[in-house]
Amino acid sequence: MAILQMQRINIYALTKHCKGIIEALQRAGVMQVEKLEVEDSVFYKEDTSSQQASYKRNAVTLANAAEILSSYVTCKKSLFASLMGRKVLSKEEYYKRLDDYSTVLQSAYSIIRNHKKISENKAKIINYQSKIESLRPWENLDVPLTSTTTNYTTTVIGSFPERFDYESLRLAIAHADSDLEHFDLEIISSDDNQTCVFAVCLTKDYERFMAALRKNGFILPAFSADVSASEEIGRLNEKIKRRKTLSQKCVDEIIAQKDLMEDLNFFEDYFTMKAEQYAQLENLSYSPHTFVMTGYVTKKDGEKLAQLLFSQYDAQVELEDAQGDDVPVVLSNSRFTEPVEGVVASYSPPNRKELDPTGVMAIFYYIFFGLMFSDAGYGLVMALACGIAIKVFKNMETGLKKSLKMFFWCGVSTFIWGLLFGSFFGDAVSVISKTFFGVDAPAIPGLSVPIWFNPTEGAGPTKLLMFSFLLGIIHLFAGLILQAVNYIRSGKVLYAIYDDLSWMLLVGGAALALLSTEMLASMAGFMLPSVWLTVGGIMALVGAVLILFFSARNKNPFKRFIKGAYNLYGVTGYLSDILSYSRLLALGLATGVVAQVFNQLGAMFGGGLIGAIGFTIVFVVGHTLNIGINALGAYVHTNRLQFVEFFGKFYEGGGREFKPYSVKTKYFNIKEEI
Amino acid sequence: MSGLFLAILGAAFATFMAGIGSSIGVGKAGVAAAGVLAEEPSLFSKVLILMLLPATQGIYGLLVAFLTLSAVGVIGEPVGTISVAKGALYLAACLPIAFSGLISAVHQGKCSVAGINTVSKKPDQMGKALIIPAMVETYAILALLISILAINGIKPLAI
Repeated sequence: MAILQMQRINIYALTKHCKGIIEALQRAGVMQVEKLEVEDSVFYKEDTSSQQASYKRNAVTLANAAEILSSYVTCKKSLFASLMGRKVLSKEEYYKRLDDYSTVLQSAYSIIRNHKKISENKAKIINYQSKIESLRPWENLDVPLTSTTTNYTTTVIGSFPERFDYESLRLAIAHADSDLEHFDLEIISSDDNQTCVFAVCLTKDYERFMAALRKNGFILPAFSADVSASEEIGRLNEKIKRRKTLSQKCVDEIIAQKDLMEDLNFFEDYFTMKAEQYAQLENLSYSPHTFVMTGYVTKKDGEKLAQLLFSQYDAQVELEDAQGDDVPVVLSNSRFTEPVEGVVASYSPPNRKELDPTGVMAIFYYIFFGLMFSDAGYGLVMALACGIAIKVFKNMETGLKKSLKMFFWCGVSTFIWGLLFGSFFGDAVSVISKTFFGVDAPAIPGLSVPIWFNPTEGAGPTKLLMFSFLLGIIHLFAGLILQAVNYIRSGKVLYAIYDDLSWMLLVGGAALALLSTEMLASMAGFMLPSVWLTVGGIMALVGAVLILFFSARNKNPFKRFIKGAYNLYGVTGYLSDILSYSRLLALGLATGVVAQVFNQLGAMFGGGLIGAIGFTIVFVVGHTLNIGINALGAYVHTNRLQFVEFFGKFYEGGGREFKPYSVKTKYFNIKEEI
Repeated sequence: MSGLFLAILGAAFATFMAGIGSSIGVGKAGVAAAGVLAEEPSLFSKVLILMLLPATQGIYGLLVAFLTLSAVGVIGEPVGTISVAKGALYLAACLPIAFSGLISAVHQGKCSVAGINTVSKKPDQMGKALIIPAMVETYAILALLISILAINGIKPLAI
């Protein structure tokens, strides 16, 4: 539960070691490089954008090649691929793999080239096929489609946009020009949309004949060929065949590269890393023979990094403790609380002046999640699943690992709450023993009878509601105490009294006073002795006075009073905050009752073998569904309680996240221990 | 009109009104989610979670209906005849989740759509995109709570 001390690190070294240092820093992944704005008669900056662009281009090329390859070769992808994480390579393995640089790049280009050819061929084939389609109506015509002339006659080949037979076409032409006599025509093919016609007329009548035809919508064919249509179709089919063989050859060539997948992935990573290295080079300042760079490291890594750079690259390293708001933030927590760091970060990292809220939040986080999910069986499933995944997949990415650890602890908490409320897959134990064995379940604490109380029966809901409000008040007070600690750390002890103690007195006093009245006692099931009414009343009054006169910091007493009164109105906010914790009860009940619904549905099949099969199916499907939807609900609403109710009381956030310069790749992780 | 009819009417209201709300909400979010998947299939798990957020109201409705049905003995152990007054009370107890569920699910669906858009552009902002629709759900939860407490309170009444 702390924000780590950071160190400013300055590295001075000879330019010949520049590349080595940049690579080593990337593998170490512990330093955040800052831009160094030193430019004068000695030092200059370098622009590496063109190198970055070329490396990025190569990375894209390899990614494309890999994608193409995977579309032709089915690669087995495990169901748990996302849990596996990146493959870890040592520095030596990494350098060994680099030898294949040019061959792999060549192969990648050839894969892309072949893929391009394949798509070109595909386009051509479609083109040919559509040509064939338009030639089909002319298949019966055994002369070439180009019209020819003899000494006295001219042939006309073309089509009409409607259906004609021989008689009706002659009639139509006679209608257009009744004097035309010397022509002959032959219908090649006809359907509803087009009639293809071969006609012969006297050359001297040609113009008139054409005019008569055009009146009926005659058009010349859109293509010409010096062979007959059927011959042309044969030729096109031949071409299609040739294109298909070409394509197949390209496909074979691509498939032949199927073992290359890993190399393609490796070099994609390599180029991504290179691009990142060159991007970092822009943060450096160079003199003719040396360079200087600056950044942040955590204190625990600083010394080790300095050692490494000195021993391997003769670099001079300066370390000094960093102060100020702009220093990036790294959190450090115990194994139990560390997993929820991600939740804090997803809100906003703490700024350097305040406490790291992770530790306190983690405890409430696990409690609330467990209370909302509250089923021993579900908790067991969740904890086991997460625990096994963490054990089996060692290379898992850190972020994912943290989340799984968080859900592991949430599962443990769920398990405990489940036992307290006597819920194990709902009321599965008693339903099973009643349905299949015909006896009431033996009273096993936690599984069939609650260790504490059953929240779904009798006064259970109100009891749990009261308990939820109590947890809520504790949670809110924890937030106020954290704010008080922040104030005290920065020397503002009075603020802690005015802003935090005052509210605790007011809210706590009011709660005590209410609990000693009739109204709430009937709900809570118990009543405090009436002396608490006085004690609570006085506490609340003191709190209210403190807020009214001191919570505003104006010099002008009148303004201060008005603003204080406005702040006091914030008590309604506290009321709604506390009521908001009723979701702990509601979601807890939702899980429990839906689980019972599924058990009852399953039990409807009755006893015996068929009943057992039906029950098992309903049980597995129903409870899986319930786990999914209610775990989501518990997660979302736990976050909400932390972000809105808890953080709203004290948390400022806005710290700068520590983003170490590291290996950010997709497939391989190159590690160097420092 | 028997008391049993009124109670079952209440259970029906709780189920189908909250169910309608969830269908609309999840439906809207689903359309947006499918759109994002066309561009970024890797975001599937994230958009699925956002899409499922408005699904809870339907479940709350189911839950209240189930509690009502078991309170009047339609499922589980029989409890004897239900008076008209008692049936009407159950009907009233079902109304909070029926209405609140319907309307909050529709609006939560809209927030989910917006959240899916956020995630499609900035996948790392998932945490925040998740919290915004959850704000709307608060009111369904409050309604659920009142419905549950009311049903629980009506059960022992001797009317």
